[in-house]
Amino acid sequence: MTTADLSVSTPSDREVLMTRLFDAPRELVFEAMSRPELLKRWLSGPPGWSLQHCEIDLRVGGNFRHVWHGPDGAVMGMGGIYREIARPERIVRTELFDQDWTGGEAIATLVLTEQAGKTELALTVLYSSREARDGALKSGMKEGVAASYGKLDTLFAERQQAA
Amino acid sequence: MTPSSRLDTTFAALADPTRRAILARLALGEASVTELAQPFAMSQPAISKHLKMLERAGLISRGRDAQRRPCRLEPQALADANGWLEGYRQFWETTFQRLDLLLDEMKAETGQSAMNPKGMNPRGKNPKGE
Repeated sequence: MTTADLSVSTPSDREVLMTRLFDAPRELVFEAMSRPELLKRWLSGPPGWSLQHCEIDLRVGGNFRHVWHGPDGAVMGMGGIYREIARPERIVRTELFDQDWTGGEAIATLVLTEQAGKTELALTVLYSSREARDGALKSGMKEGVAASYGKLDTLFAERQQAA
Repeated sequence: MTPSSRLDTTFAALADPTRRAILARLALGEASVTELAQPFAMSQPAISKHLKMLERAGLISRGRDAQRRPCRLEPQALADANGWLEGYRQFWETTFQRLDLLLDEMKAETGQSAMNPKGMNPRGKNPKGE
């Protein structure tokens, strides 16, 4: 798969939309996105961070909570409430970081569409304001994304050795 | 304008489909308001309003020719906005590549359990639980 197939756009003042194709049936993508032990494997955050604590009560009104640990004892927490669940195609939930750097709750809508064994993920995050949305977009840059390729290379190398 | 408020203005200007279409047209070369208005079912004043927003965002500039005032694309503002999204995009691409690897493993395990009706994890205990 190419690495250039993630698209990020801003369909409105307050939204960010990401779409990405995965070479797997959507049941598997849904599992990978909703089971704590699987989320810990890939949603590890910026380089040097890991998803240490992941709790998910996957039902309407149920809570989720993620806590990432970073360098020098840094901790980042985030959680929210599930509003809609339609397995394996749709999850809507509220999201709020403990530090509340997005100025209030955001609403994340995940839609999985399967076609010929592949799954298109469309994730829309609606922020409370344009400023909140822009702040979230800027955070990607702040975290020093370039360095994260090192971690990815390690993963690929491990896989090639295992194969 | 600070770099951040300039970007806010740029994103606001890019949020509208007509304005994005105008930029796409200008990517082919400069054009007058009349020329820009042609493909749209819009009056010239309506197009002029969109052009003002694009100009304020630094995405286009207008020529000095009083009659025609041709519009042209200013690529730098667009490049700044893209660069900004690019950091976010790269973070998520890296994250999703980890998800790709996990999904590969999950697919392999699903394939193996299909061959083994009891669905035992190959790294786990044998079917007798030994």
